[in-house]
Amino acid sequence: MSMRRHGFWIGALCVLALAYGLTLAIRNEYAFFAGFIILQFIVLATAWNILGGYAGYVNFGTSAFFGIGVYTAIFLFKALGAPLLVQMAGAAVMGALLGFVTGLLTLRLHGIFFSIATVAMTIILETLVINWKYVGGATGIQVLRPPVTEPFDSYIKMLFVIGVALVIVAVALSRHVQGSWIGRGLRAIRDDETAAECTGVPTLRLKLLACSISGALMCAAGAPSAMYLQFADTTSAFNLNYSVSALAMSLIGGTSHWAGPVLGAIVLGVTQQALTVTISSELNVLVLGVMLILFVVGAPEGLLGLLRKGWARLARGGGS
Amino acid sequence: MSAPLLRVAGLSKRFGGFTALDDVSVDVAQGERFGLIGPNGSGKTTLINCVSGALRNDGGTILFAGEEISRLPAFVRTRRGIARSFQIPRPFKSMTVLENLLVAIDFGRAGHGLSADATEDEAIGILGTMGLKDKARILSSQLSQVELRKMELARAMAAKPKLLISDEAMAGLSGSEIDEVLDLLIRLNEAGITIIMIEHIMHAVMRFSQRVMCLDAGRIIAQGVPQAVMDDRRVQEAYLGA
Repeated sequence: MSMRRHGFWIGALCVLALAYGLTLAIRNEYAFFAGFIILQFIVLATAWNILGGYAGYVNFGTSAFFGIGVYTAIFLFKALGAPLLVQMAGAAVMGALLGFVTGLLTLRLHGIFFSIATVAMTIILETLVINWKYVGGATGIQVLRPPVTEPFDSYIKMLFVIGVALVIVAVALSRHVQGSWIGRGLRAIRDDETAAECTGVPTLRLKLLACSISGALMCAAGAPSAMYLQFADTTSAFNLNYSVSALAMSLIGGTSHWAGPVLGAIVLGVTQQALTVTISSELNVLVLGVMLILFVVGAPEGLLGLLRKGWARLARGGGS
Repeated sequence: MSAPLLRVAGLSKRFGGFTALDDVSVDVAQGERFGLIGPNGSGKTTLINCVSGALRNDGGTILFAGEEISRLPAFVRTRRGIARSFQIPRPFKSMTVLENLLVAIDFGRAGHGLSADATEDEAIGILGTMGLKDKARILSSQLSQVELRKMELARAMAAKPKLLISDEAMAGLSGSEIDEVLDLLIRLNEAGITIIMIEHIMHAVMRFSQRVMCLDAGRIIAQGVPQAVMDDRRVQEAYLGA
């Protein structure tokens, strides 16, 4: 057990070192510009899966969390001149609070009704921000990046490494939740909430915990967006695309294991980025939709399920 | 005589204008085998839903081991020692039989303190006493009806309850399977667990119970030793509609 835990952290450090190495080796900033988007989606999908995959509560409000993350960062930057890491920490706190409120919704709302409520929440929050002049309101807001911090030589490369670090934090949290008593309780809730409660599972507390962790990660993922684009407006910050993508990537990757959303986000994210460059950015959404349908029908356990089946077949073939 | 393990006093529960339970009072003693009967819709499951915390009662009190519990959430009542099985089995379908029990061991007890391996050994031990040991690693959704019933009882037992409420654990089982589950419940009772059995299968509930209570339309119409309740004219009317 402890060996495996160390293994994970050693791997994480290697990934982080590799990411930094890449920023030294590769000159072209576009690679990092595109890579950052994929990292963002890995965090969003991983965060979505903590509530949606483990506990079975389908959250359609990823874009609400993302948008609140963006605007928390903008507010902190404009009002206090807060540095990026403080913006992200502040966004995580806001996300945890918003997640807690979302968790309270589960008291009365289950299944599709919960999902609809999260869509409503997105619209309400977006409307509030549209009418908030201080952070730019409906016209959006320009932000000027501060100079890049040592040891980085470009802001985008720094964002890329921070993105990798956030992915590591998200995956570590998701992995911990999955492997611990929390994950077992959440799965019991997903299978049968009443039976879970009668078996001693504190269902409300666990749902609030899952919502808060998930929300904190989503908002933290949104926070660097302002500095990344040097601009923010409500239409892109609260874009429904984040909700759909986080959900689709988790489902396509497989929701039962932390690696599923990571795999789904990488496969889908890379495909989307490649299509944006080679064909058109509109085709993205079509690809997402088609892949989602294919997987829901053909491989309900996602890529991970397919890999597991393939592995089992291989093992059987090798044994006989 | 010592205080009862469970004391329900003046309990009432309404659903809108419909009174499901009306001034129900009953004591169940420590170590007792208590049968709860009554025609469909008489309020049996409502009563145990109020006791286990799945529903909140509108009036009256529920004392468990001397403490008022009727405002506590269900999971706290489970941790205090009230476990139940469901009329229609409710397994955690995506989990193996073993994992189903681990949920109860992880969450259903007052305190933790066992290592992961110890809890697994213990769960397998409980499955052994229920005759489910060889099913430990299969998904609970693949169990047969009688195995599901047994797993529900095993899961309830894994929470180390003082009181086990068995809600029609024998519905839909064959004659020999009924005997199997009945023997199981009697053995659990001999190990010191108080058991409330809700059952429609008369010969089973009569053989099992030391004391029986009959509900009809939310009221207690008879209470006492099994034969006396069976012979009660109002009980016969309630069942036969005579």
